[in-house]
Amino acid sequence: MATVAPATPSTPTERDWTKPQAMAIPKEGYFELQKGRYGPIYPRTPACYGFNIIAKIKPGREDAIRAYGKTIEKAIADLPDALATLKLHYLRWVLFDIGKDTYFMYQGIFDTDFDKYTEDAVALFTKYGVNTVFENLEEFPEDWKTNVPAFVKFVREHQCSSFLEYGEYPYATADEIKKALKLKAAFSDMLDLMQ
Amino acid sequence: MGILQHSHGILGDLTERREEPDSLEFDDIQHFLMARPPALAARYEFLTFERATAGREWLTGLIDKVGTASAVGSSLLDARWVTVGFTWNGLQTFGVAETSLATFPEEFRQGMAARAGVLGTIGANHPDHWVGGLASPNLHAIVVLFARDVAERERCRGEHERYVAQCGGVEVLSALDLEAIPPFDYAHEHFGYRDRLSQPVIEGTGVEPTPGSGPPIKPGEFFLGYPDEEGPAAGLPQPEILSRNGSYVAYLRMEEHVGAFRDFLRAHGETPEQQELIAAKLMGRWRSGAPLVLTPDRDDPTLGADSQRRNDFNYAKMDPYGYGCPLGAHIRRMNPRDTAVNMNRRKMIRRGGTYGPPLPEGVPDDGIERGIAAFVGCASLVRQFEFAMNVWANDPNFHELGNERDPIFGTQDGTFDLTIPKRPIRKKIKGLPAFTTIRGGAYFFLPGIKALRYLASLRDGV
Repeated sequence: MATVAPATPSTPTERDWTKPQAMAIPKEGYFELQKGRYGPIYPRTPACYGFNIIAKIKPGREDAIRAYGKTIEKAIADLPDALATLKLHYLRWVLFDIGKDTYFMYQGIFDTDFDKYTEDAVALFTKYGVNTVFENLEEFPEDWKTNVPAFVKFVREHQCSSFLEYGEYPYATADEIKKALKLKAAFSDMLDLMQ
Repeated sequence: MGILQHSHGILGDLTERREEPDSLEFDDIQHFLMARPPALAARYEFLTFERATAGREWLTGLIDKVGTASAVGSSLLDARWVTVGFTWNGLQTFGVAETSLATFPEEFRQGMAARAGVLGTIGANHPDHWVGGLASPNLHAIVVLFARDVAERERCRGEHERYVAQCGGVEVLSALDLEAIPPFDYAHEHFGYRDRLSQPVIEGTGVEPTPGSGPPIKPGEFFLGYPDEEGPAAGLPQPEILSRNGSYVAYLRMEEHVGAFRDFLRAHGETPEQQELIAAKLMGRWRSGAPLVLTPDRDDPTLGADSQRRNDFNYAKMDPYGYGCPLGAHIRRMNPRDTAVNMNRRKMIRRGGTYGPPLPEGVPDDGIERGIAAFVGCASLVRQFEFAMNVWANDPNFHELGNERDPIFGTQDGTFDLTIPKRPIRKKIKGLPAFTTIRGGAYFFLPGIKALRYLASLRDGV
């Protein structure tokens, strides 16, 4: 008898952080088509919300992209909360070659949905007056600063959904993890004070 | 939700506004989102046109009756105020060129019914159950009539009925009559909450924001063709004459289940005081309008009535954990103040009123539909209105809550909770019932006066 694949966990009781979970994701990137504001909604997985954006870079732009790493490093050092809006866990930036072309992969794991992340990201770029590294990518809309839907469209068109995601502590949000660490520190302080 | 009531403020302020060189074109902007007339009654008529010529003829005779922002602010003798808006299908029926129609944003082209998944209008709220033909592609236009009183509304209703009959090819799909509910000395809705407490102020109108309301918002957030919070206007529908001075409005007809609401208060509060506190926790304000952040333990009606004090609060510094106003309360979701980002890009102007008879206290629900029929005005439905519905009202994980939606306005089906932070242990109400049901809705474009003339003058094949 064929087994029925488990449904997407949708209620908190199924989202038990103590039990590591893996989720196989269909090719489309979602289980059933649910329309979001700018396109299909990608599911929250045991590894939270996320994206893997892969795009070809414009010829000769590799150094500019690598230099951008230093820019972001300094920006975060100067203003650690600069990206707080995005509810991120991690970002990874990768450059790799296929044949003679160089590709850029931008991987993010975060706790808000895809559309909100992208809208908030555009607003952040504008707020801090920085250009996005995406300007070095082919097909990126030149009017992105005033055309959020075009920015979102580019991101969606270059999104390669995972076919498997795994979480050692599934569905825990960055805020919950930070709260837990804060609590641990508070308990530690309390024990010190009890000595 | 705006309730039809006596106005205190914006109408008077507009008459004294400063004229600036690059100021808003008050003569061309429909009054609807700019000024709030002192109306106690209203009627919304939803229209369909059999052919382009019928619509154009109807509009031609109506344009001079449409209230502009300048006209509505200039006379205290007016007794009725008219607004006209069109769906995307309506613009198409008028004969707007396909190349022009394609420049309108995707969500407006699709219409509200097609966006049900985005908005959370599912289950009992689904467009399949909507009334008045609002989910139909034949819905082409709306006429909003605000009237000083019921007698004036009835006079206008008769006049418009005769006019429609005379035009031919114009049909009223449905209509809704609205009346303020007593007591009339302050705006409130059927659950008893004071309304119209928080509205954005538009830069260039000369109106001063009340303390705690933040700075005036750039006009481009509400009217097409003006700078918005990000800079100069961009990406507007074409031709410019059609889009300039226009706005989008999302219409929602929301039934309020007053009997279920009062039963809920009784089930969760033994004394009238406890019931009032539960009502306040759902909303984030006491029914008097006094905010829980400023007065968490007891009501303060004087504060609720004081426009200079009742908005002067924040969440991040004054109530970070929600001991006063729960993190998931209605007003904390719909206006998260300093606990959300890009707030100036999410502002909306609300208009509308109550419909249906009030349900007297102590009386079981009579099954008569009553509620709020309201409009949310903005320059981008997807960025402003749909964001508020999708993220603020219906995201179960808003503020890390995990399994909650807006307790008043969110899509409730008995499976979501409300957490009320409290020392030492929080209170969690499980299985919140639906206090409201969306009975209909639509997206309309409110053109400026020149754009109305442009629409009326269109010819086939042009």
